[in-house]
Amino acid sequence: MTGNHILASVFIHLFIAIFQLIAWRKTVTQRILSVGGALVGLIIAIVLFQQVYLHGTYTLNAANWAAPFGIVFAADLLSATMVLLTSIAGFAVSIFSSTGISRQRMLYGYFPIFHFLLMGLNGAFLTGDIFNLYVWFEVIIISSFVLMTLGGRKQQLEGAVKYMAMNILASMFFLTGIGILYGITGSLNMADLSTKIQEVENRSLVGITSVFFILGFGIKSAVFPLYFWLPSSYHTPPSAVAATFGGLLTKVGIYAMLRVNSLIFIPDDFTRKLLMTIAVLTILTGAFGALIKTSVRRLFSYLIVCHIGFMVGGIAMFTKVALIGTVFYLIHDIMVKTNMFLIAGLIRQLRGTMSMEKLGGLYREYPKISLLIAIVLFSLVGIPPLSGFWPKIYLFRESFSQHQYVYIAALITGSLATLYVIAKMWAEAFWKETPQGIAVEDQFAPLPVYRKILLVLPIGILGVVSVYIGINAETIIQVADRIANELIDTSSYIKAVLKN
Amino acid sequence: MELLLIIVLGLLYAGGVYFILRRSMVKLLLGIMLLGSATNILIFVLGSIVKGSPPVIDADHDTFSGIYADPVPQALILTAIVISFALTAFAIVLLKRVYALVQTDDLDNLNTPEEEDI
Repeated sequence: MTGNHILASVFIHLFIAIFQLIAWRKTVTQRILSVGGALVGLIIAIVLFQQVYLHGTYTLNAANWAAPFGIVFAADLLSATMVLLTSIAGFAVSIFSSTGISRQRMLYGYFPIFHFLLMGLNGAFLTGDIFNLYVWFEVIIISSFVLMTLGGRKQQLEGAVKYMAMNILASMFFLTGIGILYGITGSLNMADLSTKIQEVENRSLVGITSVFFILGFGIKSAVFPLYFWLPSSYHTPPSAVAATFGGLLTKVGIYAMLRVNSLIFIPDDFTRKLLMTIAVLTILTGAFGALIKTSVRRLFSYLIVCHIGFMVGGIAMFTKVALIGTVFYLIHDIMVKTNMFLIAGLIRQLRGTMSMEKLGGLYREYPKISLLIAIVLFSLVGIPPLSGFWPKIYLFRESFSQHQYVYIAALITGSLATLYVIAKMWAEAFWKETPQGIAVEDQFAPLPVYRKILLVLPIGILGVVSVYIGINAETIIQVADRIANELIDTSSYIKAVLKN
Repeated sequence: MELLLIIVLGLLYAGGVYFILRRSMVKLLLGIMLLGSATNILIFVLGSIVKGSPPVIDADHDTFSGIYADPVPQALILTAIVISFALTAFAIVLLKRVYALVQTDDLDNLNTPEEEDI
């Protein structure tokens, strides 16, 4: 079905950013535009999701060039879900930023860049053209470079060097892969590629090309041997920025893996083994890294790596049940990881530090906020009936029937390590008495009430969404089930794009 | 012509990888730039280089017969060049700022411990 409105979620953020550039240095106007615009973006995403859920895939041919010759945008259920999740996370971060980002950073254009980043994310999820996906990736990384370096503290810039080098390298691998792919098939449209790649006689060349894509997306999503840039850069920018990065940027890599592996490079035996090895090692290194960290945000950075492994393992098995687990975990993970970094920012506001040795006494002083945070932590760990629990059932079940016992062991280790570090963090930051001899600088208490609300509300919104995902898991599983079906049997997507 | 380009892009890839493996920040940047150029030439070579056969179908034919100069890779390269231009410009400014703050060109010295995480 043709629908020109699917790009509305891209354009809304472009327009917000342009208006904010016009209102340069007027931080109040920029804040109102950002929160209001993000709300409109959220409504657009909800409408898009509802339409796609009811009527199937929508496509848009740029400049009316028929596919596969022009650039195609396609909103299938996976894309629409990702756009919806991005909009929810973007809305929450936008509210948090209006208070959590320093005025200095706002004056240097934090908000326009933030909306360019959201525009890039939505574009990447909606495009049906592999080169266009590369271009959106570049929009994302150049915006994230600016957000990463904004403020210019020494540690921040040092982290940015590693972040920049690895991300440019990832784009290079991706672009090389696209080049070879075009050379052997003569097409860039993902639906068209999916039929043309079957006709290529030189299968080993196809295998080599798929390795380029795995490398490129692997760096982006921070899997085992390629993840080192993430823990050495994500603890440096302000918490609102880290929340966007931690919640959404690594997940773009997972989305791209899902898309490319389902349409173009259907995982063969070698790819499955490779991805499974990567997944197990990612879970283990992420979990062990999280065990030794004492700063809340460094700990969360390693948890991102650990949980990326869960999803890569699901992609490695590539059966329907495994994909339901992966997609459900993706939905859960975006909400919870964004929230975790917002919580880290809130803890910093409450105590002026993020080091677990210096934290303490939060539960005694802020019981209500602590309870809210506890719910989010429970969903992250996966206590039933909260959201982290359900996808793991599917991943466990499928890895038993696929005899992937090493992956099961890694899943259990990863889950237990998550439980342990979160319990440790809870005991250190919330239950422990404030350590002797440490001056607490509470920046939260003197704030006016509306600013306090602006800091706590986004955590509440994302917490409610997490609880909804957990309690109403049946609906989410229906959505994940349909997405998994579309990923296994791509004929409906191909038919919608190529219109034949 | 193709053979020459293939040798050149092999050299560029080799040089780029060598530079990226060095510890200096400037050489890291040079390596990234070389790899970018190599990738662009790779895409160019994959679009079959021929002389004097534009991608225009003759009046008495319906489809292309024989090899023709594919315009799509050239459009891709143009996009990639513009993007890598912007990224390189950003990277140069970033590395200059880092050098001014840290006073070193060595990537191994970029680990100032956080006295206080923000």
